[in-house]
Amino acid sequence: MTSIAPPRLPEPAPAGAAPPTSAPVLRMRGVTRVHGGGATQVVALRGLDLVVYPGELVAVMGPSGSGKSTLLTLAGGLDVATSGEVFVDGTALGRLSTKALAALRRRSLGYVFQDLNLVPALTAAENVALPRELDGVATRKAYREAVAALTEVGVAELADRFPDQMSGGQQQRVAIARALVGPRRLVLADEPTGALDSATSGEVMRVLRARCDAGAAGLLVTHEARHAGWADRVVFLRDGMVVDSTGEPSTPESLLDGDGGSTAGGAER
Amino acid sequence: MSIRHGLLALLAERPMYGYQLRAEFETRTGSTWPLNVGQVYTTLQRLERDGLVEPADTAGTADDQTAVYQLTETGRAETEKWWSAPVTRHAPARDELAIKLALAVTLPGIDVQLVVQRQRTETMRAVQQYTRLSRQADESNDTAWLLVLDSLVFAAEAEIRWLDHVEARLARTARRPARTDAGPSGAPAPTAPSSPGRPGAATTEKSGR
Ligand SMILES: Nc1ncnc2c1ncn2[C@@H]1O[C@H](COP(=O)(O)OP(=O)(O)OP(=O)(O)O)[C@@H](O)[C@H]1O
Ligand SMILES: [Mg+2]
Repeated sequence: MTSIAPPRLPEPAPAGAAPPTSAPVLRMRGVTRVHGGGATQVVALRGLDLVVYPGELVAVMGPSGSGKSTLLTLAGGLDVATSGEVFVDGTALGRLSTKALAALRRRSLGYVFQDLNLVPALTAAENVALPRELDGVATRKAYREAVAALTEVGVAELADRFPDQMSGGQQQRVAIARALVGPRRLVLADEPTGALDSATSGEVMRVLRARCDAGAAGLLVTHEARHAGWADRVVFLRDGMVVDSTGEPSTPESLLDGDGGSTAGGAER
Repeated sequence: MSIRHGLLALLAERPMYGYQLRAEFETRTGSTWPLNVGQVYTTLQRLERDGLVEPADTAGTADDQTAVYQLTETGRAETEKWWSAPVTRHAPARDELAIKLALAVTLPGIDVQLVVQRQRTETMRAVQQYTRLSRQADESNDTAWLLVLDSLVFAAEAEIRWLDHVEARLARTARRPARTDAGPSGAPAPTAPSSPGRPGAATTEKSGR
């Protein structure tokens, strides 16, 4: 034999997946989203079920148009399901008032959009501090938190720059800092590493992973296998459906229904 | 890659015993590619036969199996040549998978999309495993091991991209009208999301109420 045997790898220590007893942070149940009607009707998601526990990072992969962004906007309460339900920490988003939903979004959700959505008239730090201030955190404290979040993603020095004075990758990191600022229970990231080089995107993944290890639930949409590799579970979408997954959710459906009842009557209407 | 060059490269640093070579090789590649002692000695014998290595003259120790080997001039030249030339890619990589898919698209009754998705999931699991191992490694002390893991991630990533490409190509082909010489239903798997890879999270249960 002249060639070398195939690689032999040690077993990695098990991933920091959630203890199966904790209640899910995100739970999507039979979620369908239909855009338009008649001949032009598009079914973006069809009957999707997904559960993400605290401490878990779940990656979503799938071809363009398979419904990844739709899934994220629904999970983030930015869009409303045609049928089915979305629960965040046991609360059905569809049954919240607009005001209550906005409060929950600011408090519990961090969102990195596929297109960045930074406010052009605000500096990096102000952009990051914005959701905290809207939530009643004092300006100074919000600013300190913002700088801490900017530091976490490695762009503290950009705190006082405006979006148009930053590169695409720098803006992206500011957007990520905005999603991570304060105590977020659920971090939703849609292609957060799009404009970043490989070293920087590795850093961003490290930060996201650390947040999940510290107890947040993360949902990451990505086209890059190397980034999905940081997840505890990778879910594959096609035509609005989950077609496969690299692992099972930590808890079987039956168990879930068992303790879902205790969290705001989450399981059934 | 041949073991020959690996051993030559190690001997360029300093003369070594066979068992040392094996140990060095394994530590430096993070034990990813195990060698057995037999392989090491056979290779050393061939290298000696080809005039690339020779027993160093060690005063006192003179057992066949415990010889210290060192590079000859020719061996040194060969090692330098190896470093200066890129690794050649003779046979197309991922042969089994390529063959499997080539057969899948030509044989009736095979759900190619399913074969592709199963592979994608499997390869993705490997990426997750490599990533976990990388995260557990020590950035400053495990550089060699991390390089090996990186290369495995790159290869797996390339395979997944290729699978995406295969799927897109098949979808394009399926949309095109079938050629007349193919049977009416002879086209490959339709683009419709036929059978999910595994039940997974998409259960058969109707949407939630
Ligand atoms: N507002 C809308 N009106 C009509 N159709 C829409 C709307 N938003 C999304 N869609 C359609 O829903 C489907 C899913 O879109 P979505 O943006 O979720 O895809 P995606 O997986 O995020 O794709 P990409 O990888 O390109 O970002 C697509 O067919 C898209 O055209
Ligand atoms: Mg999208």
